[in-house]
Amino acid sequence: MAEDLLRVRDLKIEAEMHTPGETARMLTIVEGVSFDLPKGRVLGLIGESGAGKSTIGLSALGYGRGSVRITGGEVTLGGTQLVGLSQRGLRRLRGAKVCYVAQSAAAAFNPAFRLGDQIVEAALKHGILTRAQAHERAAGLFRTLGLPDPESFGRRYPHQVSGGQLQRAMTVMALLPSPDLIVFDEPTTALDVTTQIDVLVAIKRAIEETHTAAIYVTHDLAVVAQVADDIMVLRHGKTVEYGPVAQVMESPREDYTRRLVSMRHREKPQAPDQSDRLLTVDHVEAGYSAVKVLDGVSLHLPKGQTLAVVGESGSGKSTLARVITGLLPPRHGRITFKGRELPARLDARSKEQLRQIQMIYQMADTAMNPRHTIGDILGRPLTFYFGLRGAKKATRVKELLGAIELPEHFAGRYPAELSGGQKQRVAIARALAAEPEVILCDEPTSALDPLVADGILKLLQKLQAETHVSYLFITHDIATVRAIADSVAVMHRGRLVRFGPKDQVLSPPFDDYTDLLLKSVPEMRIGWLEEVRDARRMAAAGN
Amino acid sequence: MAAVPGSSQNLDGTARLPAGDPLAVPGAPGSLLVSVDPAVPGTAGKRPALGRFAARHPLAAMILQRLGISFLLLIAVSAVLFIGVEALPGDFAQTYLGQSATPQAVENIRRDLGLDQPAATRYFAWLGNALTGDFGTSWASRNSITEQVGRRLGNTLFLAFFAALISVPLAVGLGMISVLYRDRIADRLVNVFSLAAISLPEFFIGYVLIFVFAINFGVVSFPSTVFDGMPFLDRLEAIALPCATLVLVVLAHMLRMTRAAILNVMEAPYIETAELKGLSRARTILRHAAPNALAPIINVVALNLAYLVVGVVVVEVVFVYPGIGQYMVDAVTVRDMPVVQACGLLFAAIYIFLNMAADILAILSNPRLRHPK
Amino acid sequence: MNWRSVPFSAWIGIAGLAIAFGCAVFAPFIAPYGESEIVGGVWELPAWSGGTFLLGTDNLGRDLLSRLIYGARTTIFVAAAATLLAFSFGVLLSFTAAVLKGWTDQALSRLNDLMMAIPTLIFALVVLAVLPQQLWILILVMAVLDSTRVFRLGRAVATDIVAMDFVEAARLRGERTSWIIFREILPNALSPLLAEFGLRFAFAILFLSTLSFLGLGIQPPAADWGGMVKDNKDGIIFGVSAALIPGTAIAFLAVCVNLVVDWLLNRTASLKGGRA
Repeated sequence: MAEDLLRVRDLKIEAEMHTPGETARMLTIVEGVSFDLPKGRVLGLIGESGAGKSTIGLSALGYGRGSVRITGGEVTLGGTQLVGLSQRGLRRLRGAKVCYVAQSAAAAFNPAFRLGDQIVEAALKHGILTRAQAHERAAGLFRTLGLPDPESFGRRYPHQVSGGQLQRAMTVMALLPSPDLIVFDEPTTALDVTTQIDVLVAIKRAIEETHTAAIYVTHDLAVVAQVADDIMVLRHGKTVEYGPVAQVMESPREDYTRRLVSMRHREKPQAPDQSDRLLTVDHVEAGYSAVKVLDGVSLHLPKGQTLAVVGESGSGKSTLARVITGLLPPRHGRITFKGRELPARLDARSKEQLRQIQMIYQMADTAMNPRHTIGDILGRPLTFYFGLRGAKKATRVKELLGAIELPEHFAGRYPAELSGGQKQRVAIARALAAEPEVILCDEPTSALDPLVADGILKLLQKLQAETHVSYLFITHDIATVRAIADSVAVMHRGRLVRFGPKDQVLSPPFDDYTDLLLKSVPEMRIGWLEEVRDARRMAAAGN
Repeated sequence: MAAVPGSSQNLDGTARLPAGDPLAVPGAPGSLLVSVDPAVPGTAGKRPALGRFAARHPLAAMILQRLGISFLLLIAVSAVLFIGVEALPGDFAQTYLGQSATPQAVENIRRDLGLDQPAATRYFAWLGNALTGDFGTSWASRNSITEQVGRRLGNTLFLAFFAALISVPLAVGLGMISVLYRDRIADRLVNVFSLAAISLPEFFIGYVLIFVFAINFGVVSFPSTVFDGMPFLDRLEAIALPCATLVLVVLAHMLRMTRAAILNVMEAPYIETAELKGLSRARTILRHAAPNALAPIINVVALNLAYLVVGVVVVEVVFVYPGIGQYMVDAVTVRDMPVVQACGLLFAAIYIFLNMAADILAILSNPRLRHPK
Repeated sequence: MNWRSVPFSAWIGIAGLAIAFGCAVFAPFIAPYGESEIVGGVWELPAWSGGTFLLGTDNLGRDLLSRLIYGARTTIFVAAAATLLAFSFGVLLSFTAAVLKGWTDQALSRLNDLMMAIPTLIFALVVLAVLPQQLWILILVMAVLDSTRVFRLGRAVATDIVAMDFVEAARLRGERTSWIIFREILPNALSPLLAEFGLRFAFAILFLSTLSFLGLGIQPPAADWGGMVKDNKDGIIFGVSAALIPGTAIAFLAVCVNLVVDWLLNRTASLKGGRA
């Protein structure tokens, strides 16, 4: 640990809030954060949404989004104080000494220019490289990061390249001027796991080979454990814990960190008897216009149990839910419920059939009408299916709120007044209000912070034990599958790859895709990424 | 701004552009917004030849599609104009001669005007003639409509051209200044001025200008008469006031929409990327924002030109300027239907053409279409 | 809502609208003379130039102030009626199109595109040239033409809302189309529609004035602002400003509506931002 490249002391960041009808007030986003980052070291910033981790990352570039300003403390980069530095001074550093990799490279690249021109722009503008040198170095970096056709890759436009490739191209853009520091702002969050691992390997390799320092912002502790040397856990804009990665991961001091580390280790014991078939999907083929999204999918959901359908984006798992609900009638095949075939189309189903299959969505925000109170939202299925009104309805709404562990007075609130986790609980209660046999859960936890998501999973299990409702649980996350499923269906490109009791599906021997999927999920231990990388190299060499 | 055809969609006044992908192909109002995914143009899987052409030349396919749609639209509009006039209560011949006409006279006139023929026959005859440039004869003056229209259309386009020449650069320039100095004095002034300007009817602006410049100061002449063989400079002097009125009328709209279009682009994440590369503000705007703002700005300009051509109607009446708008209003007052139909068709054609031009230019400036996967 | 949060410009707009609506409602009590009562000579000077009548007289010797007050009544009534009708048509049809999708949406949208392909003023000129000149026809024509713009916005707004999961949830529950339109979509579409209503009202005032100015709107002897400009326009050449007074009234009313709309739009925008 020679001299520190980046020194942050007692950082305070505020944002101006404009509420109509009131004078603008300052909202504190980050407070009292201090850390040191020596050359060539990687600091992982981790925390839930709103923890201020991205804001701290951007402060290393002296930048605040919108009305966000650094209002106190020091940020010193290579001896230069960034707080209070002129725009001119900041411009000289940005793109030369410190570079940024955004979460969504697809949006962060200018759609009107070729990738190569955008990638070399900063280095040329700051006079670091000549045009020829820059393009040559770019081609070299494309190769290092495993991008296809390294010589001609830069001639493509952003829309001609896949998401994972764009994220790597953005990393190349950040590496090109050979900066002292790179800020990675959740660079793999928007990617599928099997793509994420390629990008992670690429970023790790780039950091190792260029000896640049980096700040890696993420909400995923397992990811940060792979790339960081130090970890800072943040919550509500303050530091919870800060230390070397091994210490934070293996002997966390704070309770919050301990919960983050241990959360993924929960596992539901698999139900022994899976013979009582409640819902059966039989050779279903479905799609939109010319595109076939589901191809010959057959599976079944036992009564009172949970079937996890796992797959990446484009696997057809959400389409499966749409077929079961009747929103998308299948081209072939049928859905059987309690031994009787369900009408394919939604409008052909009876009220009773509709009542027995309910749905929970990924985004609780959009799943509830923002203009209805929680009481209205929970009361409507009661009136609609059971004709409950007045005091009876109010009593039942209170019971439902009790079941999802929310106070009774929430009935008068609007969804916007609730937190993300609370909203998802209300969505669960709305499904329960119909007293269904099956609840289709479409990634209900993937938009939530890990601890909140964990609470939702626990709640779902408690409700299943009480009401014997069955879940068809769609997810992309293997840890969630382990925590909740009795049986598992793995989907890939519209086909069912593997289906059966959980213990069987998640144990070898694997088919190729399940193997890849399981091995791509970051594990909560240091050195996992290296192991996977080495194993892949061995396999490649062996072939 | 009473007659704000087209530009009166939700852009105007408040000028908000639909948020989201600035590259999505915008459909100008008045154009057929066919739900074609820009990435897969002509998703007609049923027609393999067409589909293959569309897959290989998405740009050409989309442009051809816009051309085709515009043509269909024009035909449909002609039918609407014709049927609209046809489905009226009462009889033309009766209207034409007045209530006191004898049945025999009415009968003769009907035959004269061809009103005894079936409607479909008359429609196709009318459309066929109109497409070849023959609009028939006026009921009121018995003159050839084509001849009148020809001369007056020239006058109208002369006026509209100079109004566009002044207002377009002014609007785009002021819009950019407004964005550069966002929320500062210049921007506020522009905002107040444009809000006031979009609230003024064009005839009011016209009369105020006449009252001040022609009557009180006597610096320009009124009415704005032009005639054949008039020297060019005299002509320019004659259109000074109507031109100024038109400029004031479209400027505010164009400016607000341009400002909104650029602001929309400035909020895109790639602008932040440019800023974090340490690029100067000028370079960020010129190199990163401008190419993406081009399509929406072109759209704004075309829309307002379309409006300009129609706004000219009222301005011509105010200034007694011998253009096609005044011709149409005169015809409407005496119910000279062939002239009304001819002028209506012409205005609609210009309007459709400008909207189509906006659509095509927007398609051309979309990199996703210029460089398909 | 906090009254102090209403900006100064919006207060001007609200005050102006209150004055105009006051004139419209209480016209017979406020106006010093009758609507078409001839009280003096042709184009008598206004009071500030030494005349006996506050705003002078018009081309027939009628009191301009009285006609202005009665004109407020006609202008506001016709514009408001046309806008309300346009919204009823436009919102109902556009929401139906957005909810039902499929061929209903295609048919309605293509028809709307066709209507919008003809410039409003030109369309109005053609239609009013052939239809009898009656007030209800005028209102209906204005409403139908305006409803095409409402349809366009309504469909865009409703399509966004229909894509939300809570609408899908209602469909999965088995709710009827009318419930989805009135209980799920409408409450969420109110703020953009409210602002649009203001905008359309301002345009209706301007549009009506233009039609009257061209001789196709309100027919004499009824007073309306656009028609008053037309009546007095010949005076301009003689330096008589009588035509400019109703013109100012139109501009004043339209500016007031736009000031209120501007505030409404900013308010909904900041609400959205605050909740997101």
